[in-house]
Parts: sequence; C-alpha cells; structure tokens
Amino acid sequence: MNQKVLSRRGVAGVALAAITAIALAACGSGQPSTTPQGSAATGIEGASGELKGSGASFPNAFYQEIVAELQGKAKNLKVTYNSVGSSTGKKEFAQGLVDFAGSDSLVKDSDGIAKDSFYYLPTVAAPITVSYNLQGVDKLQLSAATVAKIFQRDIKTWNDPAIAADNPGVTLPATAITVAHRTDGSGTTANFTKYLTVAAKDTWKLGTGDTVEWSADTQGGAKNTGVAQIVTQVNGAIGYVDLSDATTLKLKFAAIKNKDGKFVLPTLEGTTAGLNGAKVNDDLSYDPLDASGADAYPITAPTFLLVKRKYDDPKKAELVKAFVKYMLTDGQALAKEVHFAPLPDSLKQKALAQLDKVS
Amino acid sequence: MTQQPNPALAMSSKARSRIADRTFWAICLIAGIAVLAILGLILGSLISQSMPAFREAGLDMFTNTRWVPNDPDADGPAGPIYGLLAFAYGTVVVSIIALIFAVPVSLGIALFLTELAPRRVRGTVVTFIDLLASVPSVVFGLWGVLVVAPALVPVYQWLHGTLGGIPVLGRLFGEAASGRNFMTAGIILALMIVPIITSISREVFDTVPDSDKQAAWALGATRWEMIKGSVLPHSFGGVVGAIMLGLGRAMGETILVALVMGSAVQITPNLFAGGYALPGAIVNLFGESSGTFTAVLMVMGVVLFVMTVLINLLARVIVRRAEVRMKGATA
Repeated sequence: MNQKVLSRRGVAGVALAAITAIALAACGSGQPSTTPQGSAATGIEGASGELKGSGASFPNAFYQEIVAELQGKAKNLKVTYNSVGSSTGKKEFAQGLVDFAGSDSLVKDSDGIAKDSFYYLPTVAAPITVSYNLQGVDKLQLSAATVAKIFQRDIKTWNDPAIAADNPGVTLPATAITVAHRTDGSGTTANFTKYLTVAAKDTWKLGTGDTVEWSADTQGGAKNTGVAQIVTQVNGAIGYVDLSDATTLKLKFAAIKNKDGKFVLPTLEGTTAGLNGAKVNDDLSYDPLDASGADAYPITAPTFLLVKRKYDDPKKAELVKAFVKYMLTDGQALAKEVHFAPLPDSLKQKALAQLDKVS
Repeated sequence: MTQQPNPALAMSSKARSRIADRTFWAICLIAGIAVLAILGLILGSLISQSMPAFREAGLDMFTNTRWVPNDPDADGPAGPIYGLLAFAYGTVVVSIIALIFAVPVSLGIALFLTELAPRRVRGTVVTFIDLLASVPSVVFGLWGVLVVAPALVPVYQWLHGTLGGIPVLGRLFGEAASGRNFMTAGIILALMIVPIITSISREVFDTVPDSDKQAAWALGATRWEMIKGSVLPHSFGGVVGAIMLGLGRAMGETILVALVMGSAVQITPNLFAGGYALPGAIVNLFGESSGTFTAVLMVMGVVLFVMTVLINLLARVIVRRAEVRMKGATA
C-alpha cells in the first residue's frame, strides 16, 4: 500500500496541477490517503518533493547534517540549504524564492516579511566561545565586564588587574592582548555584542550589530575560521568563535561568569541549561543570552527557521512540516555530533505545536 | 596579435562578400553597443539601488571617516554613521603600493623578454608568467594570509626599527602589530598584476619597428640608449594602457584584500597598519546586510566605479600628451 501511495505521489510531483488534483482525489477515494507523515514515526520516509531554504550560516553545519542524513532516509525528498547569511535568507524568503529561511536574528520591518505571514521555529542553539591563546595559561575565567573591556581595548595586557581579579591564583604574563573579531557581517558578532550590551551594560560602549565599530588596533578575520586562525597564530590573542570551529581547531576557551555568579565553560550541556533559563515569547522568539541558572553558559546564540503560516501549495506545507518535524525530533540527536545543543524538551514541544499550525 | 586580416579569403563572389560584409558590420556594431549598454545598465542599477543611502546618510558618506554601521545607543541621537573615506583611502593606498612594486618589475621582465633574452629562455618565461596570471586570486589571498603575512612581520619590525626614527619615512613605516596590513596586501596585489602588465607591455614592445631600432644602433647607441630612444617613446601609450589595466585589476580585487588587509577601518600613514578596501568591504558585509546598509554597500560600488573611470580618463590625458610630444619630436 505504501508503495502504491509512493508511486502515485511520484507521478503527481511531475504532473500539472489539474492532474495532481485528480490523482489525489483518486487516491483519496480508496485508501486512507491523508499525509505522508501518518505512517512512520516522523513521516519523513514517505515524503517526496523539493524544498529550498537559505539563510544563516551559523547553524549551517547542523542543517547540512540533517540534509545529508535525509538523503539516505527519504530518497524522494530533495532539500537544499544555502548558507548565504540571515539577511539574504530573509530577503529570499520574503520574495518567495525559498520555502523556508534560516535566521539568527528576528524579523525586522525592513526585511519585507509581513508580520502575520510566518512562524519562528527554534531549531538548535550553540554557544559562542571566548577563545584565547596565551602561553602558560590553560585555565582562564572572565566576567562580562572584563570581556567588554578587553574587546573594546580598555585593557591591553594580560596581567591587567581586572583579569587578575577574575583569576585568583593564576600567574598571568605581561603579554600584549590581540583582539580578533569577525570582518564579515555576522549573527555571531550580533549575539556576542548583544550579550555584552546586556551583561556589561555599564562598560560596553560599541553597541550591538552584525558589525560594530571595532577599534583600529584590533585584528579582523573572515568567518569563524578566520578569527580562529588569528587566535592560533598569535600568542596573546583572544577572539569569539562558535563552539564547533573552536573545538575542531583545538582552541582554548575561557569560562564566562554567568548571571548566578558561576564561571561556566562553553559546553553543550551549559547551553541547554541556558535555553532552559531563557524567557520564551509567545511567538517562540527567545533570547538565551545571559540566562539565569547555575549551569547556564551565558553567551548562547539561538537560531530559527522561518516558515510561512500558509503555503499556496498544500503539498509544500506538508513537506515543510515533515522536514522540520524530523529536525525537531529524530534530528536533534544529530546536533551534538556537529557541536550544537539540542533544544530542551519544553521548547521543543512548543516548537512542534507551532509547526502543527502551518498549513 | 600582429596578424593582418587576409582579404583574399572572403573574396569568392561579390554578392557573397557584400552579405558577409554587412553581417560582419552588424555583429561588430552589436558588440560595440553591448559594451556601452552593459556598463550603462550596471551604473544605472547601482545608482538606483544606492538611492536609499543617499537619502538617509547623504553626503556625509563622502566626508566622514568613521564607520559605525550599527546604532550603538539604539534609539539614541547618534544613529549609524556610514563614512566611506577610510575604505576609499585603503583602496587607493594598496593600489599605489601594488603599482610601485609591479611596474618596474613588469617592465623589466618585458624588456628582458623582447630585447635581451635568447629565444629559448623567452618561451619558458612567458609560459610561467601566463601560469601566474591564471592563479585565482583567492589562492593568492590564502597564501598571503597563511604564509606571507606571518613571515613578513619580522621584516616589518626590522624596517620600523631602522627607519622609524626618520621624520617623514618613520610615519610610513610604523609599528607592525601583524602581517595583515596595507603593505602585505600591496605586495601580493603586485604579484597578481605583474603578469597582466608584463604580457601587454611585451606585446607593445614587440610592435616597435625594427627600422627605429636599427636607426638607433646606426647612430652608435648602446643597448640602453636604444631602448630609451626608440623602444620606450614608441610604446609609451601602450605601456600606460597596460599599467592602467593592472591598476584596474588591483583596485577591483576583492577576495585578496578582504583576506589580507586586516579589515581595520582607519586612515593612517602607517603602511604596516591594517586597513580596509571598498571591494573587500562589499564582499565581507553584503551577506548580512539589509535596508539602508545594503544601499551603502551599493554606494561603495558606485565610488569604486567612479574612481576607475577617473583613473582611466587620467590615463588617456597622459597618453594624449605624450603622443603630442612625440609627434612634435618627429616632425
């Protein structure tokens, strides 16, 4: 039976709209037709068709992992995700070029997406590490205010009293600090600077954004790997890098003081703890930065998929639902392999409920 | 290159040759118009896309040196500042450095190949230079940032140590915090444009009539006097053209400057400090841009366009003057 449904769906996929309707009607007359996700656990195996997405590069590794996994599981489903950046993704989503978009930031008026036309669906989250390279120091603790002072060049040497105060008992060398930042416009920069505006309100002066006015004596690197590379090359360097690249390139990272006053290392557990402590809005947008909780790592970047509330083609809606559902259920197990933190259960359930409203 | 068209080939019958003639004329006309049309459309769409920036940021873009694209105090009075001067400065500085290194080397190679080198050496060298020309710029960029930049730091520090005390020069050779700076970008850009300047000037030198050279020899000129008196004046226009093509490539080079220049938005005489160039900024920032910010990046494109046009006009003036002078000499 399953076979029959499959083949019919295959035909429908290539036929004209009218024929599709007839085929589906014929299908519906004899068998329990409904949707492909009725049968299997997540229904992804039976899905067939094409889905296009684009947007944020931050969760790209996770999305590509999902896409690769699906190639084996759902042979008739073709999903592509282009990591072109959140803003470009939102633009393409607004113009209807893609079926879903990935975004690290919330939708603004200037993005051209009508307010009630889409849903936010949180997918995963990942910590942003403060990675450093300092010979002789393998354990570093920093408070938000110290991080802010370092990144806006108020502090220029490693043995500064402010750093020493965060690290009792550690001998710090007088090495000059080299600050590495992203040169490309990036959601990572936006989340990192946003954290500083929240947690180091009185110290941080550069504001937040995809790019900010870094001091001229800082170093710029392209993408996470560019920043990581400066950190690796220069003794005394410090930069913000996502966990996946920092782990792969074996960087050392600092433990950051969270809201509860504990120094926490960037781990996936710490991130999930941070998500638990975050306040989730009704539209499922949430902000895990500087979340409360003893184990919460404070610099955590959320990322969302944007999907339409109503797709013109009901088949497309079913595909999107099947795909995202897979990502939120079975797919969550893949997150850890690529150094992303799965959503805590409460948030996942909310996301699934929101997804169900897509039509 | 120096082949003459062979009229005998197209002469089977008069009528056919007329049709062929017409077709040829039409194709050439279309090709000619297409160049202008494409250029015009690019400029037109760039300007129309950049209008929001002109409306919101206005002429402040061309006078302000600060670049604060985010709004630090959110709804405060400051607002974003889109000063493009530092980027234009960076583009000009690296291009000049690239030319300073590339022009003497390229002309040297070209003269060596046309006037000095034995035939066998000539072929080999030409092959290698053409190979250099086909290396993609991202490879130059990665090589620059991974290998050249770190390796040059001690050299820069030594230069700063020896020349840093001299009044004017000292400001050019300042503190070198890292290898990603104007100088490294300029040097690697120079490597990139050497092939283009070399091969065009080589062709130009080849067109110098033998009679001119023989005349110089007959007057008892040494080899250098022959080159100075016959080759260089005759090929001046072509060489300027070659340099301009090289400069055009240097100014428009994107990935390389995005990787190697260090991306510090500043105007400083220190060649060992980080900088930012227009094309690099566009490629780095476009992905996450929206609204006015995108429009500002379009303005960067317009600025780059205008700079290129101005430089080409300047080159034409130089060539025309030189030609007038040469004609005066021969008359």
